[in-house]
Amino acid sequence: MDKQAILQIMDGARSDAKANMRAIVEQLFADFVELHGDRVAGDDEAIIAGFATIDQRKVAVIATNKGQELKERLVTHFGSPTPQGYRKALRVMKIAQAMHAPIITLINTPGAYPDADAEKAGQGQVLAQNISEMLQLKVPLLSIIIGEAGSGGALALACSDQVWMLEYSMYTVLSPEGFASIMWKDAKLSHEAAAQMHIEPDFLKEQGVVEQILPETVLENQCQPLQELIIQQLKLFDKTNLNQLLQQRRDRFRRF
Amino acid sequence: MALTPHNFVRHPQKALATYHHNVPSGIFRYCNKCGAKFYFRRAGKFQLCPECGYGFRVTARQRLKMLTKDFQEWDADLVTQNPLDFPNYDEKLKKAQSKTKLQDAVLTGLADLDGQTAALGIMDPYFIMGSLGTANGERITRLFEKATAQKLPVVLFTASGGARMQEGIASLMQMAKISQAVNEHRQAGLLYIAVIMDPTTGGVTASFASQADIILAEPQALLGFAGQRVIEQTINKKLPADFQSVENVYQNGFIDAIVPRTEQVAKLGQLLTIFAAAGWEGEQ
Ligand SMILES: [Zn+2]
Repeated sequence: MDKQAILQIMDGARSDAKANMRAIVEQLFADFVELHGDRVAGDDEAIIAGFATIDQRKVAVIATNKGQELKERLVTHFGSPTPQGYRKALRVMKIAQAMHAPIITLINTPGAYPDADAEKAGQGQVLAQNISEMLQLKVPLLSIIIGEAGSGGALALACSDQVWMLEYSMYTVLSPEGFASIMWKDAKLSHEAAAQMHIEPDFLKEQGVVEQILPETVLENQCQPLQELIIQQLKLFDKTNLNQLLQQRRDRFRRF
Repeated sequence: MALTPHNFVRHPQKALATYHHNVPSGIFRYCNKCGAKFYFRRAGKFQLCPECGYGFRVTARQRLKMLTKDFQEWDADLVTQNPLDFPNYDEKLKKAQSKTKLQDAVLTGLADLDGQTAALGIMDPYFIMGSLGTANGERITRLFEKATAQKLPVVLFTASGGARMQEGIASLMQMAKISQAVNEHRQAGLLYIAVIMDPTTGGVTASFASQADIILAEPQALLGFAGQRVIEQTINKKLPADFQSVENVYQNGFIDAIVPRTEQVAKLGQLLTIFAAAGWEGEQ
């Protein structure tokens, strides 16, 4: 893949327009009601979580938010959730399960927040728990990667039945900067790293990591095209039963 | 008997620029935890620092010798297909394979532990830092699947630098794959004990290492999610060298007991024996 194409993906994934996930959530779900708190230690604004209806059906919505203004981005750690955020996400997912509401996650995160407090609060344990529980949830899960999806912090919101990504978004084992710094001790080689890691959505689809690549235009017209795709998918979920759903989710990850 | 952390004497940490864990240079050996210098034979069968009790990193096959003589290996031939065609990766693998006598960074099989039969896995910190790739990910998945099919508990010794960078996204997917196999093992009512070895980090911490019913750890091992350097860059502050020591992680509530090598077989046997006993079945 040439350098220009890599640059286009990285810039597109990290664009300012996508940083404001709150706007995307509000466009997709007009009656969205946000819930707060993990019921253990606090609330994390890097995760927006709540319920809404779409096409007259209830859904849980969980989204990572980088934020629009610098002030907001500092609070959300540029969209990097803390353990409180992941626990809040799981709490809302459990409500969704009890209420038979499908779950939609919208992802734009460089990864789980790596500070000392998150580490002490058991970031690794929280991620492990979310991954384990998502794989067992008895409702359909749809994840859409809007911008960045970095590492275990993204996977912990993407253990889903369907994972889609935008044309200019990226899903990586580690940020290209982190990869370059581990492999070549130089974070500035991020473009080379991105090429080496195969961040291009086509490769991920070929590998079965994602089911669909969506054109960027799905975010136009107040996200109406994306809304229609979500509604179609919810109708497809209606055609599957619980056993099939869980078996297919299991097979989806077993093949790697 | 209550599980209690092993009390050991902490010596002042000497800042060592590099880690020389295993290969003694000549007949003297350094401890990278306490800085002690000692005649190498004093480390003994369990490879312990005679001063501070730290257990030096050992290969999975060396570790196996500390645990049991009764072992039947599973899936020994699983090998990675180099999914990204990563440059120089094949050579790196060959080196690691000859160093560890393993095809990838885990050893698995059926073991007798102090009289109890268990599915045993041991990750190898000398195989590309014990990183999680497609081959060892598959081998760990099959460890749980076989244990589920044979109704056996799992004991898994973890050590990992995190995801196998050379395998990209496929490495990340191993976390979900293994997690699912652990879920099914638990749903079958079977016990999973993890033993945290030095170091256990990244994606392994963020998946199956933290998923165990019971988490034991070796004294002074490092357990964390983010690397210490990354954390320091995030908060723009130096952290004490033992920030992610299992002694601190134990204080934070994420470990059941810290167990030195000399007592691990007995402790595992004790736990496996308790859980092998009859439970409540209710009226049939
Ligand atoms: Zn020592």
